[in-house]
Formats: sequence, C-alpha cells, structure tokens
Amino acid sequence: MHKKPIKYSVFSLFKNALSYHENWQPVWRSPAPKTEYDAIIIGGGGHGLTTAYYLAKNHGLTKIAVVEKGWIGLGNTGRNTTIIRSNYLWDQSARLYDHALKLWEGMSQELNFNVMFSQRGVMNVAHNLHDVRELKRRWHANRLNDIDCEWLNTKQVKEFCPIINTSPNIRYPVLGATLQRRAGTARHDAVAWGYARGADAMGVDIIQNCEVTGINVQNGNVTGIETTKGRINSNRIGVVAAGHSSVIANMVGIRLPIESRPLQALVSEPVKPILDTVVMSNTIHAYVSQSDKGELVIGAGTDGYTSYTQRGGFNIVEDTIMAVVELFPLFSRMKMLRHWGGIVDICPDASPIISKTHIKGLYFNCGWGTGGFKATPGSGWVFAHTIANDQPHILNAPFNINRFSSGELVDEHGAAAVAH
Amino acid sequence: MFLINCPYCGEREQAEFSCGGEAHIVRPKNPPELTDDQWSEYLFMRKNIKGIQFERWNHSNGCRRWFNVARNTATDEILKIYNMGEKPPNISGDALDTPSGEPEIGSGNISTTYTKK
Ligand SMILES: Cc1cc2nc3c(=O)[nH]c(=O)nc-3n(C[C@H](O)[C@H](O)[C@H](O)COP(=O)(O)OP(=O)(O)OC[C@H]3O[C@@H](n4cnc5c(N)ncnc54)[C@H](O)[C@@H]3O)c2cc1C
Ligand SMILES: [Zn+2]
Repeated sequence: MHKKPIKYSVFSLFKNALSYHENWQPVWRSPAPKTEYDAIIIGGGGHGLTTAYYLAKNHGLTKIAVVEKGWIGLGNTGRNTTIIRSNYLWDQSARLYDHALKLWEGMSQELNFNVMFSQRGVMNVAHNLHDVRELKRRWHANRLNDIDCEWLNTKQVKEFCPIINTSPNIRYPVLGATLQRRAGTARHDAVAWGYARGADAMGVDIIQNCEVTGINVQNGNVTGIETTKGRINSNRIGVVAAGHSSVIANMVGIRLPIESRPLQALVSEPVKPILDTVVMSNTIHAYVSQSDKGELVIGAGTDGYTSYTQRGGFNIVEDTIMAVVELFPLFSRMKMLRHWGGIVDICPDASPIISKTHIKGLYFNCGWGTGGFKATPGSGWVFAHTIANDQPHILNAPFNINRFSSGELVDEHGAAAVAH
Repeated sequence: MFLINCPYCGEREQAEFSCGGEAHIVRPKNPPELTDDQWSEYLFMRKNIKGIQFERWNHSNGCRRWFNVARNTATDEILKIYNMGEKPPNISGDALDTPSGEPEIGSGNISTTYTKK
C-alpha cells in the first residue's frame, strides 16, 4: 500500500546525522480524498487523530479519513498549556481522565515518537478557607477513586516548590495545596504528529486543507460530507471540531449546549530551569509551568463572550500576570515573548459530550472547553469505541448529550480547580 | 478586546461590560407544563453562531443597564446596538460565508478557502 515509516531510534538519529539531517522523510502522506470511507473524522486535532488511530488499531477499520480544514494540530491541540492530570472530583470524570492518564504513560513507546510526557506533578494551590475545604474534599474523593493525590501544608508547598511566595502577608496567601505526582505536561505538537504518523501507517488518510461545509443526511441516516475538495461518502461520521462544533451541528440542526470563547496563553523568554512542577490556582486564576526550552508557559482565563477570533482581551492577560507575579515575585522582570488565543467549546457543566446523536451514524465529541488536552488519548479511545459499535464505551456513557434533559450533569465547574 | 458604544454612557472598553449571552430567548410562559427536553432547550441549548449573533450586554462596571448587540463573532465587529425588548434588526450585506469566512486580518482562524470579496 504505502511505505511503512522508519522506526526512530538512536541508530536512525546517527544515520541521519551523517547526512546533516537533510534526508528525513515525511511521516504521513497527503492523499487526495477517496469517494467513500468506512468512517470519516471531522477535525484533525489531537482528539480527531486519536479517534482515527484507535478506530484502526482497536476496531480494525481500515478505510478511515481525517478531514481537517487547516493543518493538523493547529487548533487547540497546538495552542494549549499542556497540563495533564486526572484529579477530578466526580467518579465519572475521575475514571475518564485517569484512563487517559494511563495511556499517556505508555504513549511515546506505543507511538515510537517522543511526546516528552513529563510527570513533574501538578499542584493546585488553596488561598482561603473555602479553597482548603474544596481541595481537601477533592483529595479525599480522588483517593476513593484510586487516583494519587496528596495534601501539602504551606511548609510542604514551599519545600516542593521553593520559589513560590508563601509569605502570610500577600493578598492571597498559600494555605496549602493538593499534589498529583503522576500529573505533568507533554509536547502538544508531538502528540498530533505522533498519532498522525501512527494512524497513517495503518492506512488512515489524513486530508488537510479540506474544510467540511455540509453534512448529508437521508431518512435520518448520515450519508457523507460536503467539503472544499468535493463530496465524500460514509455512513459513520465523527465530529471532533472543538470550538467549531456548533458550526457543524448547525449544518444539520443539532442543538448543542456549547458556547465558543477565546482562551489565551503566553510564554516568556527562555531561562534556565527554575520551576520543575506545574502550579495552578483557581482563586487567583493562574497556572504556570516551564517548558523544556526554558520558557514559562502561562495560561489565562476565558473571555466572557462568544467569539471565533482566536484572540482575546488584554485585561484577561493582565489579571493572570498579576496573579503569577504575586505567587512568584522573581518572575516580575521576565519578558513575555508570544501570546495567542484558541477557541474553546464550553459546556454548562464543564464536562465533555461524547455521544451519539438523533441522526444515525453521526457522533459528536466536543465540549472539552478549557481542559481537553489531558484527555486526548482517552477521548479518542472511547470515541472510536462509540463509532465502531454504535454505542458508548462504559467510560463515556455518562457524557451523552441527553444528560442536559435528564439532569444528570457532571458538574466539574470549580470542583476540578482551574479547568485545564 | 473591542469597544462597545453603551447607549447610555457612550463608547467604553469591552472590559467594563458583561455579556449576558444569546438574546431573544424567552422564558417559557407555562413552566409546569414543560417537558424535560423543552427545559433543556431553554436552559442550555444555544446557537453559538459564527457570524452575526444577537446578544445581551450589561454595562456592569458603568451604568449597569442592559441592551442588545448584533455582533459578528468571527471578527468581533459590532454592527448594531438596540434596546431590550426590541426585535433583532435585519442586517443586510451579511456577506460572511460561515463556517469560515473570516477576514484575512484580525483573525488567526483563517480558512484556506477564503476569497476576498
Ligand atoms: C490557551 C489554551 C490553554 C489550554 N490549556 C489546557 C491545558 O493546560 N490542559 C488541558 O487539558 N487542556 C487545555 N486546553 C484545552 C485543549 O487545548 C482542548 O480541549 C483540546 O486540545 C481539544 O482538542 P481537539 O482535538 O478536540 O480540538 P482542536 O485541536 O481544536 O481540533 C479541532 C480541529 O477541527 C478543525 N475543524 C473545525 N471546523 C472544521 C471544518 N468545518 N472542517 C474541517 N475541520 C474543521 C479545526 O481546524 C481543528 O484543527 C487549553 C486550550 C487553550 C486554547
Ligand atoms: Zn452605560
């Protein structure tokens, strides 16, 4: 069919070094779309690519296309602050996110692609009595769900992260924190590329620069899509379009409880290693880590209105920086290098929708909002199962669209600390 | 960030305002008779339009009054501001091809299919 990708190893690195690294080959093809597929995935972000990968790997489907309007990984997958953790409050979320965390632990080996997954721990900091109570509640809930979590008092926080300001005199003093040691960060681009390479090797067509403009439905069954590269038929279509989920839902009159909003992030100039964990604070809304390149990676809050512009207000960035500088006064003179926004799909209960719809063969995976990167492998795993079997996996059954009628919401607002 | 022309105070930074979400969603007149699906529709389901959206804004850090805004969510351009209770305006010249008819400048979300009008 097509050439298998070469296996990356110290030998391939050495061999390519001899030719000044000028002979590395593209790792996925750029095929023209076929007229028909067994399954089409709309959206080439991390979640779409993992869905295609697991459809091929776990369910044996071979004719699969991922249709992406721009370039793969250029949506929220390539714009997020890469925090990975599973310390969610409710049982349903704890199971879903911890399943994903376990997949992260073996991902680089499985894909033969270094995704730089680093379990450097995530600290969620408490600044007032309410925070302490909420975080302790979550700590206990996590332990009951077999998820590693520890409570650190102020002194232990300082020992774990010496550069944090634990003075009792700051506006929002550090009263303690939860710590999930298995949590951490990964390289976002590598996740998209690694899964694209793995999916391509199993025959998945990754079709970039191809925008979906319509969905064809006949007698309640989905039959295909209209794209800027023409019509493509399939009776199984998975929509994984993050901030653009409503745009696609509106094409077929499906109602979603989602609002799309800008979420911003920024990185500083690179400096020597100074912060070897991830620090998050819900109350003062700041989260920061340091990349392997040495940049501080800082995430802000969402803007309070619908927008598809991928840029937000400066006041939001300012608030975040104020909070970061109060917790880490030594960052105050650092220069920020880049700043950007992504469009996040926010659900009323801050939990995703991974669900069948009333149209047969049409499935939605969306609503991950500000916190779906951590779920990338698990999301694809359960969504592939849902598409292949036309019924949800046990892990995503609670995350169906009907919960907004039945009232069985999975309310992770606030409960899960900063929702990233 | 953009500017909003408050009908009562004049043009101010968006940061002074709070968005109240999609406008013209009417509270059901007969709550006890509503089915769960109808409640869900009223409480949760939103158009979340990419393009011209009608929404409510409140000048929360100013006069604290409510008004309606017609805004292009693909560009953040405000096309019309009108009073609460008024019908949504008919906006002509909506040449925007959603899903991705963003302008080339001012948006990171440029479609490969966009052609300049
Ligand atoms: C600033 C920021 C910080 C974040 N921080 C974190 C964090 O620390 N931890 C965490 O877990 N999560 C975080 N998130 C959230 C996380 O990035 C997302 O939940 C996750 O990456 C979503 O992945 P996805 O594959 O569903 O979406 P995307 O990567 O956005 O992929 C969707 C794709 O669909 C494509 N598409 C849309 N419309 C069409 C169409 N009509 N036709 C074809 N293709 C289409 C888009 O081009 C896009 O590539 C953050 C997000 C942002 C913006
Ligand atoms: Zn005013």
